[in-house]
Amino acid sequence: MLTRTDRTMAQAARTPGGARVDLLVMAEMIGRGAKVLDVGCGDGELLKLLERKGVDGRGIELSRDGVNECVAKGLAVIQGDADTDLSDYPNDAFDYVILSQTLQATRHPRQVLEHMLRIGRQAVVSFPNFGHWRIRLQLMFGGRMPRTDNLPETWYDTPNIHFCTIKDFHQLTSVVGARIERAVALNAWGTPLRLNAPWWFWNLFGEQAVFLLSRRG
Amino acid sequence: MAEAELSVSDKPRDSVREADNPRQSLLARFAADQPLKLDCGVDLAPFQIAYKTYGTLNRTRTNAVLVCHALTGDQHVASEHPVTGKPGWWETMVGPGKPIDTDRYFVICPNVVGACMGTSGPSSTDSKTGKPWGLDFPVITIRDMVRAQAMLLDHIGIGSLFAVAGGSMGGMQVLQWAASYPDRVFAALPIACATRHSAQNIAFHEVGRQAVMADPEWRGGRYLLEGANPRRGLAVARMGAHITYLSDAALHRKFGRRFQDRSNPTFSFDADFEVESYLRHQGISFVERFDANSYLYLTRAMDYFDLAADVDGVLANAFKGTPTRFCVISFTSDWLFPTSESRAIVHALNASSARVSFAEIVTDKGHDAFLLEEPELFAIVRGFLDSAGKARGL
Repeated sequence: MLTRTDRTMAQAARTPGGARVDLLVMAEMIGRGAKVLDVGCGDGELLKLLERKGVDGRGIELSRDGVNECVAKGLAVIQGDADTDLSDYPNDAFDYVILSQTLQATRHPRQVLEHMLRIGRQAVVSFPNFGHWRIRLQLMFGGRMPRTDNLPETWYDTPNIHFCTIKDFHQLTSVVGARIERAVALNAWGTPLRLNAPWWFWNLFGEQAVFLLSRRG
Repeated sequence: MAEAELSVSDKPRDSVREADNPRQSLLARFAADQPLKLDCGVDLAPFQIAYKTYGTLNRTRTNAVLVCHALTGDQHVASEHPVTGKPGWWETMVGPGKPIDTDRYFVICPNVVGACMGTSGPSSTDSKTGKPWGLDFPVITIRDMVRAQAMLLDHIGIGSLFAVAGGSMGGMQVLQWAASYPDRVFAALPIACATRHSAQNIAFHEVGRQAVMADPEWRGGRYLLEGANPRRGLAVARMGAHITYLSDAALHRKFGRRFQDRSNPTFSFDADFEVESYLRHQGISFVERFDANSYLYLTRAMDYFDLAADVDGVLANAFKGTPTRFCVISFTSDWLFPTSESRAIVHALNASSARVSFAEIVTDKGHDAFLLEEPELFAIVRGFLDSAGKARGL
């Protein structure tokens, strides 16, 4: 079921059990018993998934409703803003810092990513791919800002102010000096695309992407 | 124009008796060789702590919850008050099946040092003179209150607490507990509080204290010895303070500009408005159960509270490496301890990599919201304690 704080993903990208596929992919990347910060944790779905793996999870969420829902579930979540509040955390405070479907809604994606790699030894980022063929077609033939099942808002309502493509994000990782440990692209139904596909293929057919990054050097 | 003034009754003060022999409370007495070492340098001995307990301590002694009361609260958190006959001050939160569930947890609520409901304070009898302490009672701090509570726990035989919870001055004690005894606090719930008292709050307290001291019946603090009582001064102090516990919106919603039992202004200084009548009632009923000197001492303790000052001014150092899990809660309309103060606590805890939850609850009820019917507050406290209880194996 979609919750009021989860406006980024549609039903299509969920398993029959109702779990968001990108979250399952991310949860799978995270080691047992790790210490994790989930930035933009929504209603705490991923943190709950991780709890079952014995992960010591913390969350930051912008929406007050989301935060209070999480805290009432017993999750260690605080109200905060990825753009301003990550600077409070010390270096290496976490094993993993997660940003799921939130990067495109931040004011300063580069700074957010840099903070993530400073606070955590590794960073996990999932985002919608604006290079997907359907989005390209909409812009090309419709001549208007694209809207999809997963990104249903109009340009004037959307909180997503910094869309990027998989190629764009790939380039940002080298700008901030991150090493790509793993990358997965998911199609519209949340199924991972084949691993050996070239980047251009992912950029065209991946509806969303999940990256596991680490600091270089 | 007599009715324009506060009319306070002259009946004997019950709280004086409570100060030495509290009713419906347990009493822990500490002898001359067990002094309470106060921040002001004085060793307070002998002294006593009045407290209440609810629920049952489990065999492994891991389910104890310490509830810390606010400025004018006391140990009667979840049972009838012996002086006023009113329900406990936090019965919405503490009790069987309540968020702080006395069917699961063993709840301890002590009266703080400096108060007037049975724990040593300015209205208690000084054993050396056989007379009430009055202003000879040493000035106490929040840390002193917490130190005394730690001695009480040693006395009861509780090593580590499952949780410490409290709002306002109670929240300050919670933070002090976490800073002073991190290994004795598994979970901390500081509600509607701050790590230091702001200049504005000190200013409000000073007005209250001056109101007490301006009452000729205060007699330089010797009113108990001289058979007097600064009721008017204390009532005015309470009226002023009570406004700070509410909010503009709440006052407007409750009273507006409505007249009290009349349809027109009387062109006098009588309590024409409902809000005036309400405040007078608050002031008058308060003096029946509270000691004026205690009010001075406890407001002072809050003024002196500054957790960061003890650790080179860096708040995060107060919680360095803390194993305690925190749940910080604030209310949108609380202007006495605004959300920004809670956020400062959260920032410091994050900087220490502490496990912290932080929720701000939307309400127009102001600072007092933590004592009132706030379903979201209850859900959050319950969720936090459930999860902490699971981690503690309760």
